[in-house]
Amino acid sequence: MVGRKSILSAAGAAFAIVTALAAPALAQSGKTLRVAMHADVRTLDPFWTTQTIAGIHGMMVYDTLFASDHDQNPKPQMVESWTVSADRMVYTFVLRDGLKFHDGTPVASRDVVASMNRWGKRDGAGKPLMGYTKSLEAKDAKTFVWTLNEPYGLLIDILAKTGTSVPFVMREKEAMVDAFQQIQEVVGSGPFMFKRDEWVPGSKTVYVKNPNYVPRKEPASGHAGGKVVKVDRVEFVWLSDPQTAQAALVAGEIDYLESPAVDFLPILEATPGIKIESHPAMGTMGILQLNHLHPPFNHVKARQAMLHIVNNADYLNTIAADKRLQTLCYSYFGCGVTMETDAGSEPYKSAKDYKKAEALFREAGYAGEPITILHATDHQYINPANLVMIQQLRKAGFLKLDVQAMDWGSVVARRAKKETPAQGGWNIFITGTTVLTSSSPVTHTSIGMGCEKAWFGWPCDAKFEQLRKEWAFAPSLEARKKLAVDISRRAYEQVPYISFAQWRNPVAYRADRIAGVIPVPSVPPMWNIEKK
Amino acid sequence: MTAYIVRRLLATIPVMVVVAMFVFLLLNLTPGDPAAVIAGDDASPAEIEGVRRKLGLDRPLWEQFVIYAWNLARGDLGTSIFSNLPVLTLVKQRLEPSVVLAISTLTVAILLAVPMGVLAAWKQRSWIDRTVMGISVLGFAMPVFMIGYLLIYVFSIELRWLPVQGYRPLAQGFEQTLRSIALPSIALGMVYMALIARITRASMLDVLNEDYIRTARAKGVATAGVLLRHALKNAAVPIVTVIGIGLTLLISGVVITETVFNIPGLGRLTVDAVLKRDYPIIQGLIILFAGVKVLINLMIDISYTFLDPRIRY
Repeated sequence: MVGRKSILSAAGAAFAIVTALAAPALAQSGKTLRVAMHADVRTLDPFWTTQTIAGIHGMMVYDTLFASDHDQNPKPQMVESWTVSADRMVYTFVLRDGLKFHDGTPVASRDVVASMNRWGKRDGAGKPLMGYTKSLEAKDAKTFVWTLNEPYGLLIDILAKTGTSVPFVMREKEAMVDAFQQIQEVVGSGPFMFKRDEWVPGSKTVYVKNPNYVPRKEPASGHAGGKVVKVDRVEFVWLSDPQTAQAALVAGEIDYLESPAVDFLPILEATPGIKIESHPAMGTMGILQLNHLHPPFNHVKARQAMLHIVNNADYLNTIAADKRLQTLCYSYFGCGVTMETDAGSEPYKSAKDYKKAEALFREAGYAGEPITILHATDHQYINPANLVMIQQLRKAGFLKLDVQAMDWGSVVARRAKKETPAQGGWNIFITGTTVLTSSSPVTHTSIGMGCEKAWFGWPCDAKFEQLRKEWAFAPSLEARKKLAVDISRRAYEQVPYISFAQWRNPVAYRADRIAGVIPVPSVPPMWNIEKK
Repeated sequence: MTAYIVRRLLATIPVMVVVAMFVFLLLNLTPGDPAAVIAGDDASPAEIEGVRRKLGLDRPLWEQFVIYAWNLARGDLGTSIFSNLPVLTLVKQRLEPSVVLAISTLTVAILLAVPMGVLAAWKQRSWIDRTVMGISVLGFAMPVFMIGYLLIYVFSIELRWLPVQGYRPLAQGFEQTLRSIALPSIALGMVYMALIARITRASMLDVLNEDYIRTARAKGVATAGVLLRHALKNAAVPIVTVIGIGLTLLISGVVITETVFNIPGLGRLTVDAVLKRDYPIIQGLIILFAGVKVLINLMIDISYTFLDPRIRY
């Protein structure tokens, strides 16, 4: 090793001008946490977009009424206490003392009411909740009453959700802004304050500790408990290149890397001082979305046939080659979550059967028409997943494919088209969601089968929607689990989409420099972390 | 000369108008929808439509163009759809890293390439010539990202001399800035070094065969004098042209280098905007780049009159 360094030193001498300036790599302030997230903070309004990074930004500056703990159980956060009427229709909440926005004004019930109304216009779980809401009113400065028109059982769970869009509490001033328009000011009551003057979209976002934040007394657990800030400043550095990101962590230029590329995990693991950590429910679920409007996938047999072709292990070995990250999961709600169930998947777990698939396609009336695939080539996991899928479909031997390569930006525009593939529509595209989002039939947008109101692909099944509704109204966890089994069975019968894989996305950080990292399945919190 | 400069500057106006029109039309013909990107992956079609309406993207194309042209005429490049910041603010944030990186890269390239090209021409077909041309081919052949990763491995990971990534503004001190752009300048400079060295060699070879060089030698002018005073000055026109073009390309964006070394320059701003379909940023930047290109070309043309007295406008 000494010899190699000597050689490298000799080579470096050629760059005399540079070496004259050589000094220990970038020094860091002792109380500044430098973090590389999976994306850059480009949008400051966490309700305006469902992008996860907007939720991460929101979690820094805003606070929530409830929060999910490590085991995904809802716990009060801004709320001190609450009561529910016997008919489960009237919820009365009291805010805890000491809550203040960053401008010094106290958080009041009217801020909460306005915030929930704005959030409820955009969020996938918020919209049905508001549909079951009779009234939401501020009773006094600290008390507000949420009255439902039906005993919708998910109110607290939804208020505690950490998948985007998170129901953050804003000032009434911002919360009154049209939900389809961005807010101008970022003034929350969360543990960090946004530094607008240092914000460089596409490069850096800076937060400083909120000195007036009063954390809860309970220890931090998941997103719940005391949000005790132990650093002065957090810098989100946007490192778009995965190789540079891992090199920056190895060199100690950043303390925390939210989403290290799977290929670099062995390097990170071999670097002294770096720790890799994940939460059991942390991960991504790959979604192979079928268009239910047009042949062949408007016929259920063709959708079922796809389950006889798609082999999950192939995707996992391509996207997340490290076996420790793989979960061979047949649950529509994801694995490692409360609602996990593989009911209905039994016929599809065995070896892939192309003959059976062909017979089902024929039953569906398929006669060799081209199947249009929107192939996003610029996405870290969607591109390889597409390649695997195309290979599997070709291997089946009887399908004619029309693979159209494009960037992800084009896919998101094209997938909204309801026209036939020949007129600019589509048959298949691949995407993904977090396991946290998929863990509930209500928050799992792509599982919905509400026809015109459903997600892209527009699956349509009244019985399925009825089961989802029953799940939302179920009075107990046990009842929900039972209904989840029924939903899963129906999903495997109707195939709204095909889940091709589940894999974990661990975080990596410098354990020799920071401590107190809280493992969560989504939206990593920056409180509780201290610099050594 | 003044009249020429004024004429050229006036001629830029129709150029910019045509560029603005083309950019607007091409972007609107490009597949993709910023509203869909903004709304996020879980958004329903109705939500996307709501975002599109608020952004004014549901208006007829001619109406969007009139608004765009009117704002442009007032010097307003628009506001980013995503960050809600004026495009000019975003450009200002990115201008310093881009300009500093362009200048440092060209400095590295010129300091290495011009002597190499002169030497290679002087010692044509010798081992020096072959070595210079070999290095030049290597500079062309090796992808910038590969050079970048190698430099990061050696100087940042192994030796810990220089930072892996990031840009330190001049306000934080010249030394910090220089340290942050050292590796990207070297990585990027390799390509331009290769280009300038080859052009210098070719141009010098043409000149060294001229009669006046033989005359200078016959008069007893020292080799250095022949090469630098007589040959290089006369060979400078194509070299300056290449350097000028290089400057334009460097300022308008070196996306891969900026990405590998995490330099927040105009190149990354452009590519990120394209990927997200942030139309105002793309439109603003292309107009800006067109303006920079026109101005640099003008400066190159003017520089010819200083290098070659026979050129007059």
